[in-house]
Amino acid sequence: MSEIVIENLSKSFVTKDGTVEALKDVNISIEAGDIFGIIGMSGAGKSTLVRCMNFLEQPSKGRVLIKGKSLGDFTEKELRHQRKDIGMIFQSFNLLMQKSVLENVCFPLYIQGKKKKEARERARELLEIVGLSDKEKAYPAQLSGGQKQRVAIARALASDPKILLCDEATSALDPQTTSSILALLKDINQRFGITIVIITHQMSVVREICSHVAILKDGVVAEQGLVSDIFTNPKSAVAKELILKDIGSDSASGQDVTRSKIRSGEKIRIVFSENSAFEPVIANLVLTFQEPVNILKADTKNVGGVAKGEMILEFTKDSTHSEAMKKYLTDHGLAVGEGIDDVE
Amino acid sequence: MIVAGIGETLYMTLGATLLGYLFGLPMGILLTVSDKDGLKPNALLYKILDVIANIVRSIPFLILLILIIPVTRLLVGKSYGPTATIVPLTAAAIPFIARMVESSLKEVDAGVIEAARSMGASDLTIIFRVILVEARTSLLTNATIAIGTILGYTAMAGAVGGGGLGDIAIRYGYHRYQMDIMFVTVILLILLVQLFQTIGMALANRLDKRR
Repeated sequence: MSEIVIENLSKSFVTKDGTVEALKDVNISIEAGDIFGIIGMSGAGKSTLVRCMNFLEQPSKGRVLIKGKSLGDFTEKELRHQRKDIGMIFQSFNLLMQKSVLENVCFPLYIQGKKKKEARERARELLEIVGLSDKEKAYPAQLSGGQKQRVAIARALASDPKILLCDEATSALDPQTTSSILALLKDINQRFGITIVIITHQMSVVREICSHVAILKDGVVAEQGLVSDIFTNPKSAVAKELILKDIGSDSASGQDVTRSKIRSGEKIRIVFSENSAFEPVIANLVLTFQEPVNILKADTKNVGGVAKGEMILEFTKDSTHSEAMKKYLTDHGLAVGEGIDDVE
Repeated sequence: MIVAGIGETLYMTLGATLLGYLFGLPMGILLTVSDKDGLKPNALLYKILDVIANIVRSIPFLILLILIIPVTRLLVGKSYGPTATIVPLTAAAIPFIARMVESSLKEVDAGVIEAARSMGASDLTIIFRVILVEARTSLLTNATIAIGTILGYTAMAGAVGGGGLGDIAIRYGYHRYQMDIMFVTVILLILLVQLFQTIGMALANRLDKRR
């Protein structure tokens, strides 16, 4: 049985300017133990969708099932009880600013009626897990963003949840801190078997730790499946756009300077896995067709722990062989993306 | 006489502040909770409390003082003296305090409240363990302002025999032209306001963990 099932879910909001449909007929199922990414541009409805998973937002239509039980059937009290099984962390951390780190982690335990001593013992264990044992007496204002998110993670884990929802949890953090938080989430997923749902607008986040992904655009799921499949072979326009944005996100490149010079021929994106990396495909391609290709960008990326090579190639301006060359690449086991003209 | 005046002023100020918060704090909480972005939006309740607060606050204190003399007589048995003055002082303080409590509580980050809800906190838990705790610095700062304002009102009540320093200032300074006594009482009133302000702010700063 799937851990989380979203069935025909729609959500609309009534605003001054009329009704806004934030989500339209969304269907997703998330298996226990998965790290599931939900990615989309801002305004795509991701945050609304994740809030439907613990009923902080009530769907207008459709159902949300947690371990087969529909949240819509719960009473207010049962729902509060259910939420203890669903931890949540946020972009802005949302810690109690007037309480110490230790008391912040104790908070959900107090809600459950745990005694102070027992709660503190458990909170200290959790701070150990997130690597902040030395900060228990500090107040949130004295911590860095990454440390605050660690406290939030410890707090979310306090009630032994089965599911952890992360709403843009790394969006306010720098790349190094983001990586360390993602590593922590992955560790938690593996150690405790907690299902993790990650909302983000960054492909790099999905690529680094998610096993599955759903891509949202304008409240509709444009594409979903295994991250490695979608990364290699994006079908929807929004998936391609998100992947292209990710290019160059790992390293700063001097693209702007060279852009005008390289804007001539057709550009394609190719992806290769380790199998096809043994053969010098590009070199052979050039030899076969006697026509140069320009390598605009080449990189290897970590996609869920597997290295994937990624290249942006440009054919010469008046290439006569471009279709044949694409076929050649496909035949040699590479995934070839369509022409990309306006790379951001 | 002056010493007794100080005592009466403090008695009235602190008494009215205490009673004002006894009713004003719950009223402020209800205003916050029932507002349209609150935990339990309730347009009718909000409107009723809103109108009450506005009516009472729009009556000048000196008029309110006279207007509710029958109520004062009913509660205290007489309409003059420090204890009797506490009644109109409290009546004026409640809506004023409620409004300040409302504005303090609305400053609390909606994200923190959402986080508490995601942990399965009930509305009561959120009010008492999240909103009031997170707003405590602002609440204390506003309480300091409330005390200062109520202290000013006690002086006004002196005009109708309310007791305290204001009473002395009007009786001796205004009616008998004893300017020296007027000066002393005014300076004492200033010092009292200063004192409360300093203590209040120091306490608020000490309790604020945001820095």
